[in-house]
Amino acid sequence: MNRSDFPAGVRAQLPILLGVAPFGLIYGVLAVGAGLPPSIAQAMSSIVFAGSSQFIGTNLFADNAPFVVIVLTTFVVNLRHALYSASLAPHLERLPLRWKMLFAYLLTDEAYATGILNYQKPDRSGDPWKRHSFYFGTALALWLTWQLSTGIGILFGAQVPASWALDFALPLTFIALVIPALADRPAVISAVVGATVAVAAYDWPYKLGLMAAALTGIIAGLIAEQYRTRPQ
Amino acid sequence: MTPFQIWITIMAMGLVTYLVRLSFIVAWGRLAMPDVVRRALRYVPTAVLSAIILPEMLRPGGGPINISFSNARLIAGLIAGVVAWRTRNILLTIAIGMVVLWGLQLIGV
Repeated sequence: MNRSDFPAGVRAQLPILLGVAPFGLIYGVLAVGAGLPPSIAQAMSSIVFAGSSQFIGTNLFADNAPFVVIVLTTFVVNLRHALYSASLAPHLERLPLRWKMLFAYLLTDEAYATGILNYQKPDRSGDPWKRHSFYFGTALALWLTWQLSTGIGILFGAQVPASWALDFALPLTFIALVIPALADRPAVISAVVGATVAVAAYDWPYKLGLMAAALTGIIAGLIAEQYRTRPQ
Repeated sequence: MTPFQIWITIMAMGLVTYLVRLSFIVAWGRLAMPDVVRRALRYVPTAVLSAIILPEMLRPGGGPINISFSNARLIAGLIAGVVAWRTRNILLTIAIGMVVLWGLQLIGV
């Protein structure tokens, strides 16, 4: 662990935390408002640990939705994590199983974004732990912030004014991460197609629009790659 | 639901979420992945991140598409994009994007 990039991973996550913490506060307030006991509301943050599905789950509990509906909805909303899991998998292949299990538990949109772009950078050190410790730092920082912010929301009902627009820190960070990754034409095409479909399908329920956008973007990238490698 | 039933439901929500997250990480190297899957993975970050970014800029608050100077998030996002492209500096991109957004909100855009 001597050449650790853990602090660099934490630092990379800091701007995103600016947007995540207010979101966690809102979850805490809504969960208690929906009638969930505080202990259960907080347990959801550590057991499920997925913002969007916690919001939707809270609403479903308030509506007295049946068990099967809540669990299936959670599954569908979180299906995009399978893409993140596949995308990270080759980089984690040589890790011991217990680390794979921990890294999977910590896998969120935010940890994926900073983590994968670090894994994809050219590695000059030859020390795989540098990247793993970066991911561990970036993912753990998000986990801790989510636990604390939802807890504060649950206990104190604290909220940040919406006019501060801190939620915009997340797309801004993603802009800063994705633009250097647009290194060739297929990558640009995957981004343009993914973004366009996402705008059109933004109203689809259960984050299915994002899933459809990601899949069409990936397919578009693959097709563009075929055209590039074909002779003539 | 009784608190006990809610606990069981949350455990199940956590389990399905965890299994989705774990799926490929644990299966990789044990199952033979077709070559097309390996190549497809290259496009996951660009496709997903762009798909999260653009609706936040074009459809703020989940409303209809707004391409005009009255959309502060679109303007702030575009300027941030130029900063990211020219400087490759993550913190500068975020800082300028937020300052532009706050400035536009202040003058009532």
